[in-house]
Amino acid sequence: MVNPANLADNQASSQPGTVDMMVNMGPQHPATHGVFRMELRVDGEQILDLVPHVGYLHRGSEKLCEHELYSQIITLFDRFDYISNFNNELVIVAAVEKLMGVEAPPRAELIRMIMCEFNRIASHMLFYGTFAIDMGAITPVLYNFRDREKIQALFESVSGARMMHNYFRVGGIKEDVGDDFVARALALCDDLERGIDETDRLLTVNEIFVERTVGIGVISGEDALDWGLSGPVLRASGVPYDVRVDEPYSHYDEMDFGVPVGSAGDCWDRFYLRILEARESISIIRQAIALMEPGDTMAQIRRIARPPAGEVYAHCENPRGDLGVYIVSDGGERPYRLKVRPPSFCNLQALRDLTVGHYIADVVVILGTLDIVLGEVDR
Amino acid sequence: MTTRGTSNGEAEPSGQGGKAAPAKRHEPEVPRAAVALPAEGVVLAERLSETLDSHDIEFGAAIDEVVCTVPADRLIDICQQLKDDPEFGFTYLRLLTVVDYLEQDGEFEVVYHLFSLANHHKMVVKTRIPERGASLPSVTGVWRGADWYEREMHDLFGVVFDGHPDLSPLVLPDDFEGFPGRKSYPLNDYGEW
Repeated sequence: MVNPANLADNQASSQPGTVDMMVNMGPQHPATHGVFRMELRVDGEQILDLVPHVGYLHRGSEKLCEHELYSQIITLFDRFDYISNFNNELVIVAAVEKLMGVEAPPRAELIRMIMCEFNRIASHMLFYGTFAIDMGAITPVLYNFRDREKIQALFESVSGARMMHNYFRVGGIKEDVGDDFVARALALCDDLERGIDETDRLLTVNEIFVERTVGIGVISGEDALDWGLSGPVLRASGVPYDVRVDEPYSHYDEMDFGVPVGSAGDCWDRFYLRILEARESISIIRQAIALMEPGDTMAQIRRIARPPAGEVYAHCENPRGDLGVYIVSDGGERPYRLKVRPPSFCNLQALRDLTVGHYIADVVVILGTLDIVLGEVDR
Repeated sequence: MTTRGTSNGEAEPSGQGGKAAPAKRHEPEVPRAAVALPAEGVVLAERLSETLDSHDIEFGAAIDEVVCTVPADRLIDICQQLKDDPEFGFTYLRLLTVVDYLEQDGEFEVVYHLFSLANHHKMVVKTRIPERGASLPSVTGVWRGADWYEREMHDLFGVVFDGHPDLSPLVLPDDFEGFPGRKSYPLNDYGEW
């Protein structure tokens, strides 16, 4: 749409000039990774302003949660961030356990950790592939999907579902893993290590890839904190904030792993950080498997959880960032109020700051590195 | 309208299977979650009560977090102080939310979850506002990350955040009527569209 005010100016001065243009992007656009719309004001190819529009997937999930039993809420959490279901299940289960003051048996906690770390790798795998597609590289996604499918197959053997597992329970897990689980998981770790190395070789120092990502969408650590960013997006800007280390849950305090931190805060850092992070996840899985001992997988609690009155905030490190949940309980079988802290939602807020001044093609790249899931942004 | 659970005391007819809810019976006292402040939380609570002008601030705790309930007109000053004072250094707004207590005492509770990376401690700031003219100052000037949280809460609860740059609907359609986050908004009572 031509801005009439600018047109009038140009005509008045009778000098040849440019006119700002409004470009609509989405909601049905392959590069937005879901239903997300952006209104771009551009001068030629350059972004002058960007207005994000979300809410196309709003289902009122938080209100739905307030009308369900705690055990039923787990299925709703599966559907927030549908790329990393286990990580989502963990946070609601952890919150209710914290409120009730119960702990899952060590074996259950370790299995949860292993599942969450595998899910982190699966989520990052999807990111590498789709991010490469965003920049026109079609090949890597095929390799990434091949590896991701192996993780999904392991999930299926454990929980019965490729996605939407509904496997974690308040006080433990639904059932113990099969006898062949440890052997399968260890073999999968080796496979994934090879897959991550492959992606690393294909993309990280590829000349075109570097041209498209280095110095694009830079955000300083201070701004990133001010915007409430979290996860790889925050750490790429040099802020070493990881819930697994800062407020350890499960058995993360017993694990020996590094938290990769970037320095430039650009798209390349955000990409490479996820490669490093996936390698750390493999190391965590191997350590957790070594600690596994036979035992119970469910604590002795009431079948229908009935936490005491009070309020609780619990959070976990999701592949996308700091996923939290705030529950206000009145002592009933259903929460009085439930609010999710969605990492994608917070990360997406910074999109305008990241993109202004860059070109239209960079918007796709910058949005790709934020790695949003619209199911979680809109809830 | 059917309201399942969450009703405090007053037993409402349950919508499940048309079964009438049991008549009022003697309910035992509801147990409360135990408070277990970690050592740094105890220190923080002491420092807060010493440093802040605390004549109208209510101090408390929820499980492992320090809770300060402040009056709405002092919210911005206190938040700014909590962010700027290096002793507290709450530079990170984790979560902003509204809890609807209209049925109980006609008020909204606005909850701010804060975290300090430098000092590695956390706290909760709360403020209560009445439903009538439900408005309070926006904290977007203190933490920019409050922007979308406040817009979402404005959509769902109708709480007005004064001084917010743009309170246009975020998650709801532009022509949506009502505040679906409130307890009074029915969950299942919609027509076909």
